[in-house]
Amino acid sequence: MLDSVAAGVATHCPYCALQCAMTVRPDATVRPRPFPAGGGLCVKGWTSGSLLDSPHRLTTPLIRDGRDGPLRPAQWDEALSLIAARLAALRAEHGPDAVAVFGGGGLTNEKAYQLGKFARVALRTSRIDYNGRFCMSSAAAAGNRAFGIDRGLPFPVADIADAGAVLLVGCNVAETMPPITRHLNAQRAKGGTLIVVDPRRTATARLADLHLRPHPGTDLALACGLAHLVIADGHHDLDYIERRTTGFDALRRVLAHYWPERVERVTGVPVAAQRAAAAALAGARTALVMTGRGTEQHSNGTDTVQAWINLALALGLPGAPGSGYGCVTGQGNGQGGREHGQKADQLPGYRSIRDDADRAHVAAVWGVRPDDLPGPGQSAYELLDGLGTADGSRALLVFGSNPVVSAPNAGHIERALRGLDLLVVADFVLSETAAIADVVLPVCQWAEESGTITNLEGRVIRRRRARPAPPGVRDELDVVADLARRLGAPGFDADPETVFAELGAASSGGRADYAGITYDRLDQGDGVFWPCPSADHPGTPRLFAERFATLDGRAVFHPVEYAPVTERPDAEFPLRLTTGRVLAHYQSGAQTRRIDELAAAEGAVFVQLNPANAAELGVRDGDMVRVRTRRGAAIAAARVTDDVPVDTVFMPFHWAGDGRANLLTDPKLDPVSGMPAFKVCAARVDRAGERAS
Amino acid sequence: MRIVVIGTGMAGVRFAADLRAGDPGFRHEITMFGAEPEPAYNRILLSSVLADTFPLRDIALPAAPDGVHMRVGRSVTEVDRAARVVRTENGATEYDVLVFATGSTPVVPPIPGLRGAAGLTPGAFTFRTASDCRAILAAARPGGNAVVLGGGPLGVEAARALAGRGMAVDLVHQQTHLLQRHLDPVAGRILAMALTAHGVRVHLDTAVTAVSGEERVSAVRLTDDTVLSCELLVAACGTRPEVALARACGLAVNGGVVVDDRMRSITDPAVYAVGDCAEHRGVVHGLVEPAWEQASRAAADIGGWSPEPRDRPVLPVLRLKAQDIDLAAMGDSAVVDEVDDPATEVVVFADPARRRYKKLVLRAGVIVGAVFMGDTGTMGTVTDLFDRARPAPADPAALLFDLATSGDSTEQVVCRCNGVTAKTILACEGRTVSEVARRTRATTGCGGCAGDVAALLTRASAKDPFASLAAATVNGAS
Repeated sequence: MLDSVAAGVATHCPYCALQCAMTVRPDATVRPRPFPAGGGLCVKGWTSGSLLDSPHRLTTPLIRDGRDGPLRPAQWDEALSLIAARLAALRAEHGPDAVAVFGGGGLTNEKAYQLGKFARVALRTSRIDYNGRFCMSSAAAAGNRAFGIDRGLPFPVADIADAGAVLLVGCNVAETMPPITRHLNAQRAKGGTLIVVDPRRTATARLADLHLRPHPGTDLALACGLAHLVIADGHHDLDYIERRTTGFDALRRVLAHYWPERVERVTGVPVAAQRAAAAALAGARTALVMTGRGTEQHSNGTDTVQAWINLALALGLPGAPGSGYGCVTGQGNGQGGREHGQKADQLPGYRSIRDDADRAHVAAVWGVRPDDLPGPGQSAYELLDGLGTADGSRALLVFGSNPVVSAPNAGHIERALRGLDLLVVADFVLSETAAIADVVLPVCQWAEESGTITNLEGRVIRRRRARPAPPGVRDELDVVADLARRLGAPGFDADPETVFAELGAASSGGRADYAGITYDRLDQGDGVFWPCPSADHPGTPRLFAERFATLDGRAVFHPVEYAPVTERPDAEFPLRLTTGRVLAHYQSGAQTRRIDELAAAEGAVFVQLNPANAAELGVRDGDMVRVRTRRGAAIAAARVTDDVPVDTVFMPFHWAGDGRANLLTDPKLDPVSGMPAFKVCAARVDRAGERAS
Repeated sequence: MRIVVIGTGMAGVRFAADLRAGDPGFRHEITMFGAEPEPAYNRILLSSVLADTFPLRDIALPAAPDGVHMRVGRSVTEVDRAARVVRTENGATEYDVLVFATGSTPVVPPIPGLRGAAGLTPGAFTFRTASDCRAILAAARPGGNAVVLGGGPLGVEAARALAGRGMAVDLVHQQTHLLQRHLDPVAGRILAMALTAHGVRVHLDTAVTAVSGEERVSAVRLTDDTVLSCELLVAACGTRPEVALARACGLAVNGGVVVDDRMRSITDPAVYAVGDCAEHRGVVHGLVEPAWEQASRAAADIGGWSPEPRDRPVLPVLRLKAQDIDLAAMGDSAVVDEVDDPATEVVVFADPARRRYKKLVLRAGVIVGAVFMGDTGTMGTVTDLFDRARPAPADPAALLFDLATSGDSTEQVVCRCNGVTAKTILACEGRTVSEVARRTRATTGCGGCAGDVAALLTRASAKDPFASLAAATVNGAS
């Protein structure tokens, strides 16, 4: 559809988990290749090359002398020596947990693996977690509980096009992962039904045949209500339930509480719409239930995802050809990033840091004694929240993340970061977190690195080096290996292929088994789906065809109950604030806000406000408003639209400073996954000024 | 503590579950007595069982949690508050705290022939318990005649359900319109039309004066001497709180067992009452939401934790469970117009031909009542505002109709993935779609706008390019 691809290197987009294939040309422009969504790129992908030669790049380490001094350029040796000396001193005085590591879901598998090993072997700290905790953790926890394994989509993304019905829950892919919409378009063109669950009338909801709009924070009750209707009408798959699951009887009794009229009262979704959705799912030849952050980023996110899984299991979907449940992963390597040891409770290969056999296996690969490995650490928000407190860490190393913008209750987290003895940030631009660091390390961008990414399908793909990094910039693998050496820990390699082979050995026999995957294999085709335990294993595009990854091979129904766990609106904070993304920006916006074309498309933070609320507040479209919650206040331009329901306001979280949506968000955590309640809290809005002309 | 609960209905079971959930150390021993012979079940779903939209076998409530002793089929015959003992015919059980969750019992009107020495005449039933439901189902047969007494929610649901099972149903109501506590006369009439359309004959402003039949019910006679033959009669004439036991043991009983804000009897601090049998601040509810809230409140008080904070009490919302008749009513929904109350604003949309009726009752800009019949699309928002006493929009029309008016029509983005506007595409007049793609990136994301781009290009060569914009922005940001 576009010009034939000129000379260049085949790699994948740096942004979301779809990982659209692209060719990076010598002039730093990109062209799409037909994978995995048929050759599409959104505006983020098209413009991704423009940051490679950007003047915003960091090309030299920066050091801050004294707490209030400016950042000054420094040599790598000085920066790494300083870091190593300070870390060693802090560890000697306060113990290994005085040092913490914070990773990211955009790092390659090799870097995520190396970082986990670095924390456990070189720093010997238990304190490592990553921003994926704020992304995928609820779906991961629920998937592990129900299926014994967590692979976002246990089927290839192309299956969407052939599904008779698709239920997308809290998942605005038309903005956050636009090229995947090709599959939804194809699905609808073939006569399939698309059902979208979202309080907002999003771009994705506009595509739907049926749009259910629950009050924010009530998805769990809606999921139970749909399952109630499926069972009440006798549309559950008894044969499947009998052969492939456990726990149905207990679930069935709990679901009796979720009769449609009650669910309507709790969620606001009319009974007729519930019945239509249940009938469409039950009547379809094949059906997919897929969740996104909208339903997962809650303090009951794990149970909410479980409720959607219960619905899918009652319908007999997971493991059936063309059907299934899946979670649509967000960050580029959100999948691989959570499999290889960045998570506080995990070791590579999705092994458990609590399991003796798992510890022994990984310790052997790392050449250490199992007893030398630390135990489970704190989840991301707990780790950040504790910084500088009596039991908290005193130094933090940040790789591929920008928590000053992306963490919940960000004002508090920024203060905690500023109070650290040592904050080290590795990034390729001066992100808001880098700007307050004591040491900043300039690292590669995607087109300058080699490695692997695991996309939303669990497909391992190659990221290839298309250009050399600018002088002064180093690769994170090299940086971590160098730091480990300075800390007296041998065995860290800077070569990605070598690290990947080690990762394969560490993952061998684990749930996410990469042992049979090599760069050679990846270079020969469109990637390999894990698990792939041996060189002659073809990989596993579809999981669960025969059995689930639980001990008895059966999927597990967990009865879950709705309770109003969200921060309750009251007279002072009468509105519900929900947060999310827009098409033109990615995550904290550190990259995309620095790309002119994207900044022109969406230049500043806004808040969507229903016309009824706008009228009540005397706010016109474009006026500046102050949004307040119990955590803090942010300023944004009002966007008056009935795409949001009355009393629900929406703010994207990509902007910095006093436009940070996360100054407002509720850090109440899911007890299982550690996911904060990003998606709903009580808020108020006041007019702050005239429309900026 | 030893805690005894009388009643295994919705309120009693919720109480036990809540108390147990907050008591991981098993400090409390809970014993529940249920007069009905079967395990605790979900009474709310009986109408759906009768309507054949929910299977009877699935109405059981979740099994009692560990540490809760369920004694079903055991009626408590006496409470001795001085000795802190309850007695059944099987013996005595001591308590430290006693909870009444005895619910309510159906009212059987004093109509000649309706009741015999051994209870209701065969063929006549109340509709309260699972065994009532089973008995009605056993007596119902397609083609048969049924009479339902009472045009309240339960009577309407029963009439609709029996009609759905193929019976010819006569619904007899003493008032001049159905659901008169919840609906105004116009809404009541539209509901009657809807029922008639489903095969229910509605008789208003009349009463049954006699029930005839030797061994079984065979007919009823109305005030005007009309005779309706029937083989099945369901009396849905309301309920009264079941307070006989409470009264007999000397507790203060008015409409229900009088309780304070902690759900304790005002007579005896060791006794609580929750659900339909309780009277709190002068109100006896008959709905599950307040019953559950009272149960949680009592459990918190006994367990020693803070109850879920609430700005205001749960306001009951009536939601009819009648197939193909979508009806909800909340608050002061029966108010007719401002004449009743000058401070009241009433907004009504009536469409009897399509069996639609929507109504908002506002006081000082706040929704204090609402009715939705036939189209409940905006009801979620209205209920939410009503529950929280939030100000309604200045123009309440937005609450009656789901008008998707939004979208910034000035932007006219056609390719959302790449932010390409119609104007940009129109500027490519004379080019092909793939040329436009190369120039503007339109269609290179999800590709969903390819048809729109082609249409725009076609029209661009015609005279009035903007005429097609409305159609062309379907997949864009409109």
